Amino acid sequence: MRRLAALALLIAAPLPAQAQDYAEVALPDPAQEAQASRLMDTIRCVVCQGQPISGSNADLAGDMRRIVRERIAAGDTPDEVRAWLISKYGDWVSFKPQVKPATLPLWLIPLVALVLGIWLVSRRLRRHH
Amino acid sequence: MIAEAGLAALWLAAVMALLQFALGALALGRGRAGLAPAIQPVAVVQAVLVCIAFFCLIAVFVRSDMSVLLVAANSHSAKPMLYKIAGTWGNHEGSMLLWVTILGVAGATIALFERQLREDTRVATLAAQGAIALGFYAFLLFSSNPFARIENVVEGAGLNPLLQDPGLAFHPPTLYAGYVGMSAAFSFAVGALVTRNVGPDFARAMRPWILGAWIFLTVGITAGSYWAYYTLGWGGWWFWDPVENASLMPWLAATALLHSVTVLATRDGLRAWTIMLSVLAFSMSMVGTFLVRSGILTSVHSFAVDPERGVFILALLAIYIGGALALFAMRIGTVSEGSRFDIVSREAALVLNNLMLTVVLVVVLAGTLYPLALEATSGTKISVGAPYFNSVAGPIALITMVLLAAGPLLRWRSDKPRLVLDRLVFSFLAGAAALLLIAAFAGSIGILPLLGLVAAAIVAVASLAPLWKRNLKRTPLFTFGMVMAHMGCAVSMAGMACDSAFTRETMVAMGPGETQAVGDFAVTLAGVRERPGPNYQALEAVLSVSEKGGTPFEMLPQLHQFTDPPMQTNQAAIRTFWNGQLYLVLGEQSDGDKWVMRMWWKPFVTLIWLGGAMIALGGMLSLLGRVRRDFLPRRRRTATVEALPEPEPAE
Repeated sequence: MRRLAALALLIAAPLPAQAQDYAEVALPDPAQEAQASRLMDTIRCVVCQGQPISGSNADLAGDMRRIVRERIAAGDTPDEVRAWLISKYGDWVSFKPQVKPATLPLWLIPLVALVLGIWLVSRRLRRHH
Repeated sequence: MIAEAGLAALWLAAVMALLQFALGALALGRGRAGLAPAIQPVAVVQAVLVCIAFFCLIAVFVRSDMSVLLVAANSHSAKPMLYKIAGTWGNHEGSMLLWVTILGVAGATIALFERQLREDTRVATLAAQGAIALGFYAFLLFSSNPFARIENVVEGAGLNPLLQDPGLAFHPPTLYAGYVGMSAAFSFAVGALVTRNVGPDFARAMRPWILGAWIFLTVGITAGSYWAYYTLGWGGWWFWDPVENASLMPWLAATALLHSVTVLATRDGLRAWTIMLSVLAFSMSMVGTFLVRSGILTSVHSFAVDPERGVFILALLAIYIGGALALFAMRIGTVSEGSRFDIVSREAALVLNNLMLTVVLVVVLAGTLYPLALEATSGTKISVGAPYFNSVAGPIALITMVLLAAGPLLRWRSDKPRLVLDRLVFSFLAGAAALLLIAAFAGSIGILPLLGLVAAAIVAVASLAPLWKRNLKRTPLFTFGMVMAHMGCAVSMAGMACDSAFTRETMVAMGPGETQAVGDFAVTLAGVRERPGPNYQALEAVLSVSEKGGTPFEMLPQLHQFTDPPMQTNQAAIRTFWNGQLYLVLGEQSDGDKWVMRMWWKPFVTLIWLGGAMIALGGMLSLLGRVRRDFLPRRRRTATVEALPEPEPAE
């Protein structure tokens, strides 16, 4: 509901004249700004590729920063904002890969390597006794 | 004319590489031993020719000869001289030529100076070097000719402004020297496999190359990290960017190899594993080179984008890695396991350390390549960035640190757990003290930074323990090297943890006369002025900064607007204090006369690179110590080894 409300606010309401443009300006509440800033470090700027939106000079990154700050200010959790951005721009926008079947190998491959390695080492060590 | 001369030299060098490989193959495979002595001059001539080709390329860049395609595409006549020269390797073709030039020089060095190795192993090693070089020459000549001509071009396109930095002059050559050093280690491994000579002598001959390559990689990564930190202007020092990962992977493999080769050299253990690691380390170097150069990555670093070369590259990777693995599979049966050891022993600690480093390597490799594989097979695009790498590789790195604390305090072959814990008492006390201090003064910080700081304290004390109660005058130089490098790991990790836990960041739109606080500093904007640069226009913010009650000082962050090519870059103003750095960035103009400023106070962030420098310095001390012991007159060496009552410490 909160998300919907925020979305409606974003689309419908023209910004009041005195409202801040949060693309380049921190939120007044330091705790919220910290949340937003941590989130923006892990959201990819979709036009400049390698950079997170927190460090990009592109206009689109500015728009995305504004959206992130406004939604956080409206009371959304960082996870909700991330999910919304993913639904809009696709998985590619999040530097934090979502856990789902297609991304499981990211965790399985290191796990298999670790287990295999421990097995090899322990087998070898036991042989020495 | 210069370009044609360079191309001719490159072709001749390729012929020499072929000859080098063929001579080795004939001498060893067909029993034509009489041919073996010829391989040495051939390797030297190859090096001379490829150096000539490289200097020809530098010459056309210096002269801004726009009839050469590469110069026209990457240079500009108005560019400062340093960047004209450095621009030679700031592009795909030039950097590949630099790669093969270093490879040629490395081959000549082995041919001229390697005297420890059995003759047939040395010939096989040089033949393997020739084979590697041949592939790279083919790649250059058939798909990436750096000397290709173009007509009717008056002015060049310019160099990416991010690359117009002294860092470019040193960063790629340093990393490439590291990659190529791994190729030398790989050639030694192939040579030893072919001639069935996997043992301590071979390990001692190979070790300086691994150490040297590892030093270059350490310096390259550390410097690259600092370069990214101050040029990109967003306050981070490691971005888990695929190109950074590409340089980290060979380093991880080389670090593992460095430790396993020590076991092989001193205890004659881990034979097969050491060979396997040298194959892995070189594979990672090739993957590293080609990831950056093939253009398959989308990254802030991918300046050379050309996917058509991908097939050639994949073929080269398949031939070398596949060939090496096939040789490994064929010969590994003849390589016996080597000396045995207990579960509590220095060998076991080194094996576990190798395992952990390899798992970190797998994490980095999976995180870097899996998104590419997924996109290629299913079209799904995902991003894998810092949150993944930190949460998966971070804990494993912490375990590695704990092993690092214990490893050097263990005895070879067998040790008693009780005694090991006794030796670690002071380290654990230091860890507990760190924990108490953080709890008392820092309040709540993230779990990873907290564990990182505690681990750093443990390792810092433990790394000094090998010097405890020892006669420092008789302690070999490489022991000091090990102590220094391990201490560097602790210092670097402390820096990373502090940066992640205690950084203060502020972003505001400021008008002239306004003041903003960040950390203990008050930053006042005096104004923003224009400053012309050599080939860009700059806007400069004049900031007056004062630390609580201290005298104010000036900081001048700039925004650079380039025209060839059109691009905007940030020039952060950074001021270093004993306890951290103040990092100020000028952003866009917001409404009216207000300017967006981003400010960071980063406590102890400098420790990250100080630690990196200490690790590299430790490597250099080890290299010096090893060369002095292993390569100076044999008489002295055997004498010292026998006189040493204590087990020889690891690297």
